[in-house]
Amino acid sequence: MRRITRTLEGKLNETGQLSQLEPGATLQDRYLVLGILGAGGMSAVYKGRDLHFPNVTKLVAVKEMINLAADSTMHDMIVRNFEREADLLATLSHPAIPRIFDYFSQASSSYLVMEFIEGKDLEALLQDAKDFLPEEQIVTWAIELCDVLTYLHNHKPQPVVFRDMKPSNIMVDHHEHIRLIDFGIARVFQPGQKGTMIGTEGYSPPEQYRGEASPPGDIYALGATLHHLLTRRDPRAEAPFSFPDRPIRQLNPRVSPELDGAIIQALSYDPKDRYPSAEAFKQALFSAAKRTGLLTGTEASSVLKPRSDVKELWSFECEDEIRGTPLVHQGVVYVGCYDNNLYALDAKNGEFLWKYPTEAGIATRPAAQDEAIFVGSEDCRLHAVTASQGRLIWTYYTEGPIRSSPTLSHGHIFVGSDDNHLHVVNMLSGRRVWRADANGPVRSTPLIAAERVYFGCETGDFYCLDFRGEMKWRFKAKRAVTSSPILVEGMIYFSSLDWTLYALEAEGGWQIWRFRMGKPSISSPVYGEGKIFVGCADGLIYAVDARSSREAWRFQTEHQVTSSPVLVEDSLYCGSVDGSMYCLDFRSGRQRWRFPTGGPITGTPAIADGTLYFGSTDHRIYALLT
Amino acid sequence: MGVWSRLFRKKKVPESDSAKTAPLDPETLGKEVLGERHRAVAVGSAQSKGIERTHNEDALLVILGSSGGQEALPDFGLFLVADGMGGHRSGELASSISARAVARRITQESILRLFDLEQGNSSAPLQDLVRDALQDANQAVVERVPGGGTTLTVALLLGEQVTFGHVGDTRAYIISDNQIQIVTRDHSLVERLRELGQLTRQEAATHPQRNVLYRAIGQGANLEVDVFTQPVPNDGYLLICSDGLWGVVSDDEIARIVRGASGPQVACEQLVQAANAGGGPDNITAVIVHFPPA
Repeated sequence: MRRITRTLEGKLNETGQLSQLEPGATLQDRYLVLGILGAGGMSAVYKGRDLHFPNVTKLVAVKEMINLAADSTMHDMIVRNFEREADLLATLSHPAIPRIFDYFSQASSSYLVMEFIEGKDLEALLQDAKDFLPEEQIVTWAIELCDVLTYLHNHKPQPVVFRDMKPSNIMVDHHEHIRLIDFGIARVFQPGQKGTMIGTEGYSPPEQYRGEASPPGDIYALGATLHHLLTRRDPRAEAPFSFPDRPIRQLNPRVSPELDGAIIQALSYDPKDRYPSAEAFKQALFSAAKRTGLLTGTEASSVLKPRSDVKELWSFECEDEIRGTPLVHQGVVYVGCYDNNLYALDAKNGEFLWKYPTEAGIATRPAAQDEAIFVGSEDCRLHAVTASQGRLIWTYYTEGPIRSSPTLSHGHIFVGSDDNHLHVVNMLSGRRVWRADANGPVRSTPLIAAERVYFGCETGDFYCLDFRGEMKWRFKAKRAVTSSPILVEGMIYFSSLDWTLYALEAEGGWQIWRFRMGKPSISSPVYGEGKIFVGCADGLIYAVDARSSREAWRFQTEHQVTSSPVLVEDSLYCGSVDGSMYCLDFRSGRQRWRFPTGGPITGTPAIADGTLYFGSTDHRIYALLT
Repeated sequence: MGVWSRLFRKKKVPESDSAKTAPLDPETLGKEVLGERHRAVAVGSAQSKGIERTHNEDALLVILGSSGGQEALPDFGLFLVADGMGGHRSGELASSISARAVARRITQESILRLFDLEQGNSSAPLQDLVRDALQDANQAVVERVPGGGTTLTVALLLGEQVTFGHVGDTRAYIISDNQIQIVTRDHSLVERLRELGQLTRQEAATHPQRNVLYRAIGQGANLEVDVFTQPVPNDGYLLICSDGLWGVVSDDEIARIVRGASGPQVACEQLVQAANAGGGPDNITAVIVHFPPA
């Protein structure tokens, strides 16, 4: 038999934890310890036998709580508080509340003797279950729990607050009814905490940490418990009060929206926004349960917004598909087409100004400098024409089709070609300054920044060259990098056909993070308010935190997204192979409008003076008023 | 004037079909630009067990590297502060074991690789590496120091970016121009209550449970780590410190001391002094990295 001493040292073993009573120990010459049921912190619960009933085996549960107070006044006050709480519990009478038989304090511990309940607590049940627990089962328990809370909260002369609703404090007995165990009496024994320490309960409401314990707090904790039971996501492993960040139906789609809604209300931060009583919570659960039999969990598919939400200013029909991206320059829209022509249209009304024929399709975006327009064509050439009339200035030959869009910098044109090179061409003369061997076709649009040239290659290599064309670093993706890089605050971002969005340190090419998408991507990312936005062949437009790669939102279109998003003010515009141009709220990813065309949209929109310009494979170029 | 501007000075508009050639000046082409960007990053650190404590449960670890020459390496460094908790000696053990586990993993898989003569391509993203390193530390503490735990904030400097790994309420600040900005998020109960508008900043600062964390190393098999990357400040400071500093000395006062000191080492010593002058209720650790103007 273990001797109980007044000093704390004797209570603690080498790891600083409470040492427990051994089976065979007797308390008060009456309660024989048979074994331990559970232990945590400074308390333990034992299975015991009441020796006052020698002829039958009367089982009891004995809860032991250690009184840590070193000061004797403090110690006595804790004992008095404990006795007051125990007296209160002894007066309760409800089928879901275990009966209190006895309590006593001796030396440095206080003991509560209660009804022994055979069964399993909900935490253990949840752990043992291989799948989600059935919704009906949880609703049945929830209704019983509301009943017992109603009883406690209406107790006279004053309401009793349970304070510690959580799965491990709820037992399911042999009759499949719930029983509340472990009233928050242990809190009387919690010593003042000093220094850094861990531990929040995960189920408690925010106001409990201001020292408020009231019936709405029990309603919150019940909501938290139900959330845990339905989602199997333990709130103790999450940030406190973060239930709204983990919608129930996102974790367990089988839960009905009705039940989800009923629980969310119980989890409101502000006690006033929760149910006014446990009875009201129960009624909400009831009506949710009644309706679920009738309704299926599927949501109505999103209705196509009418075209009238956005106004078409004009459209212009070419003779073949438009796969590239338009350029708006000094009031004129320039766009290449698979009918081999570069078109110039009046941006205001779509009036045809001129067209310039190349000898193959144009899949790129033109570039402009003052009076010159530059465009690469699949005829292997870079063409320079006058902006006003489309008259040839010069052409520059590469040895392969050009599918990379030109970038202009300091009088030079940087452009990739399927001839496996990046070419640098003098803007005035159309002569080569240098070219760099990339070992594979270069379709990515080069980025020029801080004395460096960055571009991707179809081999999966991503290059950083200096101004002389010497390689500074190279990064290897697993598949082609067709996407065009962007540079934001010293970081390079681009996507790859290896299903990944990459973030690299711009100076040395170290991979800072990667973000996995559902399919390959050739879409070029765009940056706004700390987020990177990019499309993917999985049909999604992603918003990803630029610093942490955490996904902020995703938007589903109905086909591949090869177009690159464009941001203007708080809107994101992006085309999809499903034929529509989308406008989303870029902070939330919610759709503002959608404009369907007659064919897939593969190019990127251009925006100027509040007007959105883009081509579609239905042969048309559109101008929309945003 | 940037190299680009010197090299590719803007010419007049081309005329149709009659553009003149404009070859590059070969002298300009051959000019070296090395050395132009060099700047000396400096680091300081200081620690005190404080006035009210008998043990020091904080750990700190600093590595700083810089190089010069034809193929100079970028600046690199590892800066770490951990604040241990738990009875007996388990707090001290948890923080020092974690510091070593994190430093070992990150050094092996990023810093040592800088010295490889061939550029490797297969390395994992730095953010994944930092996350794995903190999870290694978690595993080590769970196995070796049952009942112990620690906060840990580490900053990995490579070139122009700093990648942070963070668990707990040790903080990283960026101090530049006229502002001081906390870049980490405290994993503490009161901070969470403050985010939800349940507590004011003043109430949070004096809340009896202000030291209660909801996330720490050594508290179970699964550890969620905050990982993010920030560009280095231009003419600014990175400060990593335990709550023994920020819980006692206000952010404004911290910024004032750092800016007023003659260097990062002096600044760290003065910060520790200020925390002790404010009562020194807890262990104090400060690491400061100074990034001079580029």
